[in-house]
Amino acid sequence: MTETKKHFWNEYQKEIAEDNFFYERSCIRQSFFPGSETIFLKILTDDLGKNIIDDPNQHTCTGIGYHSDVVPFDTTMTVVGRLFSLMKDSGVRNYVPSCVTSFGVFTEVVETWKHFPEELEKTRDNLRKATGREFDIPENIAHPSDIIYKYRKELKEKMKYQLVNRHTGKPLKVVEHIGCHYGKIFSKHAVGGAEFPQVLAGMIEEWGGEVVDYPERRHCCGFGFRQYLVMANRGYSVANTKKKFESMKPYKPDFIVANCPGCAMFMDRWQYTIAEMEGITYDDNKMGIPVLTYEEMAGMLLGYNPWDLGLQIHQVQVEQLLDKIGIEYNPDDKFIGKSGKYLGEPEKPENLVVDYGK
Amino acid sequence: MKNWGFKISRPRAIDFDTADLAEYSKLVEKVPSAKRCLMCGACTATCSAGNHTDFNFRHSHLMYRRGQFEGLAEELDKCMLCGKCKMVCPRGVNTRAIIYNMRIFLNDMNYKNIES
Repeated sequence: MTETKKHFWNEYQKEIAEDNFFYERSCIRQSFFPGSETIFLKILTDDLGKNIIDDPNQHTCTGIGYHSDVVPFDTTMTVVGRLFSLMKDSGVRNYVPSCVTSFGVFTEVVETWKHFPEELEKTRDNLRKATGREFDIPENIAHPSDIIYKYRKELKEKMKYQLVNRHTGKPLKVVEHIGCHYGKIFSKHAVGGAEFPQVLAGMIEEWGGEVVDYPERRHCCGFGFRQYLVMANRGYSVANTKKKFESMKPYKPDFIVANCPGCAMFMDRWQYTIAEMEGITYDDNKMGIPVLTYEEMAGMLLGYNPWDLGLQIHQVQVEQLLDKIGIEYNPDDKFIGKSGKYLGEPEKPENLVVDYGK
Repeated sequence: MKNWGFKISRPRAIDFDTADLAEYSKLVEKVPSAKRCLMCGACTATCSAGNHTDFNFRHSHLMYRRGQFEGLAEELDKCMLCGKCKMVCPRGVNTRAIIYNMRIFLNDMNYKNIES
């Protein structure tokens, strides 16, 4: 890289704390992708040896309600203040929200306080009156994908597998999708800014894969809060996702990875919806394109059991991807619960092909 | 198919891989004044057919220019070819000839037979 390029690229970097994090869980991820947050905590503590606090007293950031116009911003700021007060109690100063929507909310609130100090004082006052608590603004706010990106080289050394097709020896073609609230609200808080988000592309390239650069790469996943939550608007939501799939289909991606709970959820589940509504699928085998979270991708390559990662909860089944990489798994364990009890197989869709290969 | 309570909205974006923009050149050859149209909508505002139906010449012309022919033949059938639009056009566009020729070209492309 030339000096000039280095100079400009520096402007697209963000500071990511090295250790001592306060983790805030997402409201929805534990239902949609139940293994992701647990695996992130395991990777950070067991594989990287970092200190991260998972406080049981944490709560919503109000993100979904805020972006759906049912929670006023004053309330959001006070709730965020309470979360920051929990971080203050724990003694760490680096905040790590699991959800991209939460990340957007925190960056927006902190930026508001920076430009309007009277809002900060009002929030402190509101929180004091409501709970008697005090808070500090975090020294660093980083999304978990930032942290995985920062330590991607260290993790590579521990990985059992690479993003390589074991049959052809070629890199897997991966579609990366960045949540809009990660880099499009305040681009300075995103690795690579809004123009060149590198957070997922960096992981994919480091771990042996090839990033697919398709025309609608930066298009919204279709969640959009109001577009999905109001049923009358839901057609617009799925139309957005369809537009992305139509754009990526000619590149024949092996899988999709996202850093936002909504994006991973909708790109996974809408494939079922589109298949059942219109009979359209976006791969050659009519099985759909598997969608992973970045924690699942990292955990899978580190050699964690796919069923501990929660991959059986996905709508588009992931066995085809596991087979391509050569990851070992027991198909009989797919629907065995944590208690060891067989949970039963879910009903199969009509058009989206599901084959458990047993 | 199941009833989902909603349908997938059709995108309004123009797919230039499928849109045939060459057809408009043929129309301009026949009616050179079509190039002068600035889509002001005076034609639509004065349209007699538009008073009684949802016919919109400006929109139909724009769709043809963009190579969006789906459903256009049915739209153009609403026009009575009275020529009032031609009289009010500030750019002297032969709107009547545009509609007439669009009908013929759409017929040639098998979009719909001209009934009148």
